[in-house]
Amino acid sequence: MTGTLISIQGLTKAYPGVVANDTVSFDIGEGEIHALLGENGAGKSTLVKMIYGLVKPDSGTMEMRGAPFAPPEPRAARAAGVAMVFQHFSLFDALDVAENIALGMENPPPLRDLAARIRTVSEEYGLPLDPYRTVGDLSAGERQRVEIIRCLLQDPKLLIMDEPTSVLTPQEVEILFETLRKLREEGTSILYISHKLEEIRALCDTATILRLGKNVGTCVPRDTTARQMAEMMVGSELQTPKSAGAEMGAVALDVAGLSMPAPSQFGTSLKNVHLELKKGEILGIGGVAGNGQDELLLALSGELRVPRDAIKFAGQPIGHLGPNARRALGLLCAPEERLGHAAAPDMSLTENALLTGAVREGLERNGFLRWGKARQFAEDIIAKFDVRTPGPDNAARSLSGGNLQKFVIGREVLQRPEVLVVNQPTWGVDASAAAAIRQALLDLAARGAGVIVISQDLDELMEVSDNFAALNEGRLTAKRPTAELTVEEIGLMMGGAHGMEVAHAEA
Amino acid sequence: MDFSSISPALLLASLMVAATPILLAGIGELVVERAGVLNLGVEGMMITGAICGFAITINTGSPTLGFVAAAAGGALLSLLFALLTQFALANQVASGLALTLFGLGLSSLLGQDYVGLKPAQTPDLHIPLLSDLPFLGTVLFSHDFMVYFGLALVAAVWAVLKYSRAGLILRAVGENHDAAHALGYKVVRIRVLAIMFGGACAGLGGAYISLIRVPQWTEGMTAGAGWIALALVVFASWKPWRVLLGAYLFGGVTVLQLNLQAAGLAIPVEYLSMSPYLITILVLVIMSADRSRAPGSLGRIFHASG
Repeated sequence: MTGTLISIQGLTKAYPGVVANDTVSFDIGEGEIHALLGENGAGKSTLVKMIYGLVKPDSGTMEMRGAPFAPPEPRAARAAGVAMVFQHFSLFDALDVAENIALGMENPPPLRDLAARIRTVSEEYGLPLDPYRTVGDLSAGERQRVEIIRCLLQDPKLLIMDEPTSVLTPQEVEILFETLRKLREEGTSILYISHKLEEIRALCDTATILRLGKNVGTCVPRDTTARQMAEMMVGSELQTPKSAGAEMGAVALDVAGLSMPAPSQFGTSLKNVHLELKKGEILGIGGVAGNGQDELLLALSGELRVPRDAIKFAGQPIGHLGPNARRALGLLCAPEERLGHAAAPDMSLTENALLTGAVREGLERNGFLRWGKARQFAEDIIAKFDVRTPGPDNAARSLSGGNLQKFVIGREVLQRPEVLVVNQPTWGVDASAAAAIRQALLDLAARGAGVIVISQDLDELMEVSDNFAALNEGRLTAKRPTAELTVEEIGLMMGGAHGMEVAHAEA
Repeated sequence: MDFSSISPALLLASLMVAATPILLAGIGELVVERAGVLNLGVEGMMITGAICGFAITINTGSPTLGFVAAAAGGALLSLLFALLTQFALANQVASGLALTLFGLGLSSLLGQDYVGLKPAQTPDLHIPLLSDLPFLGTVLFSHDFMVYFGLALVAAVWAVLKYSRAGLILRAVGENHDAAHALGYKVVRIRVLAIMFGGACAGLGGAYISLIRVPQWTEGMTAGAGWIALALVVFASWKPWRVLLGAYLFGGVTVLQLNLQAAGLAIPVEYLSMSPYLITILVLVIMSADRSRAPGSLGRIFHASG
């Protein structure tokens, strides 16, 4: 850390109705890993988009090594040495690795030379990649490597990483951190956006914390506890979800030898899945995305039928039943995709409440809808789960991710399920809403319901679940008590890092 | 029945002529769709090109100028579609259907004074030696220049899409417009250019019908060729050489069934008339059973957001 690479002074950007960034100032040093922390909607993304030239600030200036820096478009930012790895991968599935990388470069060499350079650079940094593979066939970790290599080939001065670890296994995270530390030694500055506080403590030199668009403080993560940082982000004391520690009862759900072919081309088939869920138990199911999580939910919810005896609910075979019949029995599900699967985006909250609540809440009679009762139910969810919305007549699409997630989970919880299956219950949800959702799941289990939480957020699974199992290529491991597990063991259960450790051992 | 009246050489030669309109329109639409835009207005752009080319040829006496005008007319009409879908963010399916209806109406209006006229003939090329070859000379080497232009265009589109940076960017825009935008590519500009290319190609295809295949002007004379071209692109899995194969197959069966009708084959005419559609679709469906799929952003509206 010798000097300042980029100095940001008073950046402001307003969108209609919201100030995304309000006079934000901070400096990024040379060869520094600088964390940018904040809840969803705190303005982290807008800020990095301004540095990367995707968004123009309303006011404020930036300087790079003392010279004014105001990139009008990403091209200019790249030319100045700023590279960015996006949160939602900006890759093209149908193209191969080399083509994807060529698209991110200003003057790419011919594809054959580029392929050779990709091999060299990727091995040098311990991220091996085959330049001729189609990106659509790669795992999430490999896709991220494509993005990182794309940036590294341009010899960036500043590398921006937006939530890079959300899709990685613990082992893959370690490999990524090795690479980032190596880059820092070579003098590259890194702006690292995340809300995983332990990772920031392990990796970053400095952290700038944003709240509601304002810079609310800077700290040295190594000397600050995760709790202190979280409270700076939220601006108030954080409630940690507490389990009431209910006794586990009889077997509520019994899945035995469940196999199911992949429902789509890029899907995963389920292979001989066994699981047993007791009343009052929370079973956490981890695994890297795309290893059968969605398929398992579809099989449990009844959207895809399976053999009669593969799933037993309180001893009764239900594999052949559809979703509504299973709901009537008390098996409810909340899928991952909020807009389009769990909720119909353009329908109102009342209508969305009707869609899953009709059976158990008696919201229809003789095929006619009971609007009054449905509205009551929707208002009930909004009140009990602190959903921030003007009212139940608003379209689901108009809610923020966290609020809609609270609504979707609340809708199922309030139907008094015997067994609730949720997939990614707090994905893209800020810390306080996530805590509320986790608390609701714990409360539900305390009242004697069985809960299955499918998630890629290991911290979340460690926090709420009694037992842990992992999905790997459609196979489910045996469940083990969460309290006894170490992070390494979980990583191994999830299938490790697919033999990637070797590369670093050589490097 | 008298099959001896069917000459294989003439049959194969007329196959190439019958296939050229949908080949031209199809290869243009392929580029449009690879850029992620679904333009259902091919029929409208074809018929507009047909009348533009026809009118200019009548007035100047030059079929070459006619084809240039046809391409310009088709591109101009497609610009309307580009304006609606790329700037006003209108629905592409509805805009494309509207474009077809508009093109049909516009062409009848423009063509009122041209019914019954005969355009200047487009000369067949005579290539020394090659054209004089027995059989092959008749089949391959004695056509008008547009037949060869169509073939060259397929090769050019294939090479540009596969090997050039411009082609890579075009495919990237069609595959994932948000990612392309994030990388700083001008999604709307690239799409407008692709739409205009598609319009020009459709115009050429239409003019080929009115200037060479028929050659005269009647209202609605493209008679669904634009829809065939659209279907061809899908069943060809968005691959240029398969569009060529599909177009020739369609042209071939069309010509063959006409010959069979003339020869008095004892199959009802209706069945023969439907055979080109059935056979082309069947073959291409079987071929498209591999892993190829539509461009990821096809038909989706792109709106650049912060």
